[in-house]
Amino acid sequence: MKLKLTVSPDFPPEKLAGWHIFNTWLQRQTGLASHFDVYESYEELHSAIDAETVDLIYANAYDSANLVRDKGFIPLARPAQQADEVVIATSIENSAEKIEDLTPGINIATTADPDVRTIGMIMLEPANIDSANSQLQSYGSYPLVAKSLMKKDSQAGFFLADAYDRLSKLIQSQLRPLVRSHIQLISHSFLLSPRAIAHKDTLQELLENMAEKENGPRVLDDLDSKGWRIPDQEEVEFMIDLMSTLVSD
Amino acid sequence: MNDMQPNDVAPNCTEQRIRLYDGSERRIFLCDEEVPYPDGKLIVSSTDTEGVITHCNDSFVDMSGYSEAELIGQPHSILRHPDIPKAAFADMWNTVQGGEKWAGYIKNLRKDGRYYWVYATVVPNKRAGVIKGFTSVRRKPSRDRVNEAQALYVEMKKAEVNS
Repeated sequence: MKLKLTVSPDFPPEKLAGWHIFNTWLQRQTGLASHFDVYESYEELHSAIDAETVDLIYANAYDSANLVRDKGFIPLARPAQQADEVVIATSIENSAEKIEDLTPGINIATTADPDVRTIGMIMLEPANIDSANSQLQSYGSYPLVAKSLMKKDSQAGFFLADAYDRLSKLIQSQLRPLVRSHIQLISHSFLLSPRAIAHKDTLQELLENMAEKENGPRVLDDLDSKGWRIPDQEEVEFMIDLMSTLVSD
Repeated sequence: MNDMQPNDVAPNCTEQRIRLYDGSERRIFLCDEEVPYPDGKLIVSSTDTEGVITHCNDSFVDMSGYSEAELIGQPHSILRHPDIPKAAFADMWNTVQGGEKWAGYIKNLRKDGRYYWVYATVVPNKRAGVIKGFTSVRRKPSRDRVNEAQALYVEMKKAEVNS
């Protein structure tokens, strides 16, 4: 069986190189043939999942919920330390200094990442801003979200906090963060398709002990990762319940 | 549930006795001072099917004023503020026990007698189709929506007293 690996399309192109290296490392460690597929949009990814051409995925929390509950995917590992947090920022030239200073009717720049959109919209609620009284404009990367703010095409921008922190100092100097989430419970997860369940133990052992494996630390560095830990099913179910409280019906 | 203690509360609190959902009574102290909801945080807790707290996060501990040890094992009504009408809690319980999601604006009572407003969402934790408990997630509410809810609750409380 050839293992088909992918990641949620919220990773910027410069981080995909690390995932290609991870795929090569995985093949050498397991002796399994695996192929890393890149999907450029959530629509493409969801079509691939429906077509059952994804075996191993590093998925954001929103997709994890659907994959575990609807498709029977099995949680394999979660980041040892990192949680997915969100920053809402505006242009330094905007007079808003806190979320409540924003007003309905604004344009919001975001990427297609559903976790970031969900958390971002929740953090705008204190300003009475919702999807009905604002315009969401989707961009292909976080630097483009920043550019939209700097050009004043948008008055608020949603960023994955890690991505915001990776913006250049020059770009950050043109932006004003209004709020940063401290949720700590939402993260990406490695999920395995039910078709590939025979490889569960091998993959979990490999991921949990990656730092001790040959070339493991270097590959973790390439992924900007501190390593992985094995969650129990209830931990992932809890994150899914939590996500369901955040999405509007 | 334990009564609130005068030594724990802020100055100028007034004492009241409230009747809880299970028919028991509790002595509480109320202070007319709101504690602002912290930006960017979610208050998260889980209960068993009887509403007894089994898990809470740091934001829950910080905002409630209780320690984690004081919260685990207590009914979630430890946060119950008498300004919230019984009908609102009954609606929440009926909804989640029926397997559905409930959401609404809630005024919570802190250990020190002060209060904080939240937008709360409660979901049943279904495992293999069976409800094993409930998870509640609170977030910072819109002040306009809080004012609307407050006005509605005042009317509901009047109707409660008159019934």
